Amino acid sequence: MQYLVSVIDDKSNPGSTDRQPAISAFNERLIAEGYWVFAGGLADTNAATVIDNRGEQAVFSDGPFVESKEYLAGVWVWEAPDLDVALKLATEASKICDRKVEVRPFQ
Amino acid sequence: MSDVEEAITRAHREEWARVVASLTRRFGDLDIAEEAAAESFTTAVERWPAGGVPPNPGAWLTTTANRKAIDRIRRENKRDDKHKEAHMVYDNTPPESVGAIDDDRLRLIFICCHPALAMESRVALTLRMVGGLTVPEIARAVLVQEAAMGQRITRAKAKIKATRIPYRVPAAEDLPARVSGVLAVLYLVFNEGYLATGADTDPVRHDLTVEAIRLTRLIRALLPDDGEVAGLLALMLLAEARRTTRVGASGELVALAEQDRGAWDAALIAEGHRLVRERLAAAAAGVAPGRYQILAAINAVHTSAADVGETDWSQVLALYDQLVRLDPSPIIALNRAVAVAELDGPDVALAAIDRLEDALAGYHAYHAARVDLLRRLGQSRQSRAAYDRAIELAGNTGEMAYLTRRRDQLG
Repeated sequence: MQYLVSVIDDKSNPGSTDRQPAISAFNERLIAEGYWVFAGGLADTNAATVIDNRGEQAVFSDGPFVESKEYLAGVWVWEAPDLDVALKLATEASKICDRKVEVRPFQ
Repeated sequence: MSDVEEAITRAHREEWARVVASLTRRFGDLDIAEEAAAESFTTAVERWPAGGVPPNPGAWLTTTANRKAIDRIRRENKRDDKHKEAHMVYDNTPPESVGAIDDDRLRLIFICCHPALAMESRVALTLRMVGGLTVPEIARAVLVQEAAMGQRITRAKAKIKATRIPYRVPAAEDLPARVSGVLAVLYLVFNEGYLATGADTDPVRHDLTVEAIRLTRLIRALLPDDGEVAGLLALMLLAEARRTTRVGASGELVALAEQDRGAWDAALIAEGHRLVRERLAAAAAGVAPGRYQILAAINAVHTSAADVGETDWSQVLALYDQLVRLDPSPIIALNRAVAVAELDGPDVALAAIDRLEDALAGYHAYHAARVDLLRRLGQSRQSRAAYDRAIELAGNTGEMAYLTRRRDQLG
């Protein structure tokens, strides 16, 4: 089963910025152990654009769809046999990237 | 109750969890297991009175429930093939052995108390799937609307399925943390019975304490070597032993010092003490006790004293010191201060309790303990406000009645 692992940062209390080497090493391990599907860090929420084309005309708006202190800083997609395996990896991931992570299965 | 009714009640008590657990393993779906188990008991109620109680009720119920589950799957199968997907989620082969613990009921307990579920869902699911309580019974137990309770259980089952929470006993390295999660659920159920909350609720709810003890006994049978399981069971038994003496005729809670010790349940105390001795022997052999074992030992000291004057307070304090090292929470510090009052006097204890004000100002027991010390120090003038605060914060009708009487005696 695939799980989306969202890395959540907090603008008022951001995680440390020196985590990249540890995250890379963790990614290598995820690949070696067969859990890795995808990973990516995201640019700042200021870089987001929201498009709404449900009406007559497409409306573009600057910034994220919801303004909040907490925001999505990056994502993983993992392939894991069950939630316990995903939660165990996520427990490590949170420590390694010094941020909260959310685990949510794909349908 | 007729013999047949009695047989059905007994079968429900003894076999429900086993039937649900074995069906969950076989069909990989809590929903199907729960429904089929319920149907098998309904069928028993219909058939046993005329056809007689089968020689092996458990086997009869499991077979009947299996048949009901297969019927349902066939029906749904015609509609879609979704269940096959669900089927893949679960492993029908026995998991890697983690010692002697290999019982479907244990898997059922661990899935119901999974840390990915909200605490209130764990309680509801455990009472339904393991305890066999009906949704209306659970709704009454935790004081929520029946419809809301039904939804809570449905959502929890849906999360288990959607996120693929595995049906297995955790690996040995994860076991202590997971067992501790299970015990937290049972302790919560017990405490809600021991000191019930709610304006229209009896101060002590025997139905909940009995159910918590029954489920803890089951876990004890499944995990006989776990010290904390033994500790929690002992703690519950030693509290339950005092049940009838904890509420007075007027519905007031009766303080430990004022309880009729002759009316305590000697059999429960003996059983609790046996468990505590077992854990003391393990501690002497170098196994560090956890918090339930220490709390049970404290209760053992209290229940060993034939008269409150004979209480070994220095032993109680030594145990609290041990507990503070494990759990430096202000609530433990508050309880420790109560023992300090007996040894070093109420003034020393009051100073210790006042230091906890920031952390515990919203906790009724803080004010109740404080007011008792003020009373003993003869500072009744300060007491009234503290009584008011304790009464305001207390959620238990018996405790409110007790505190109100004490306040009104201030004159």
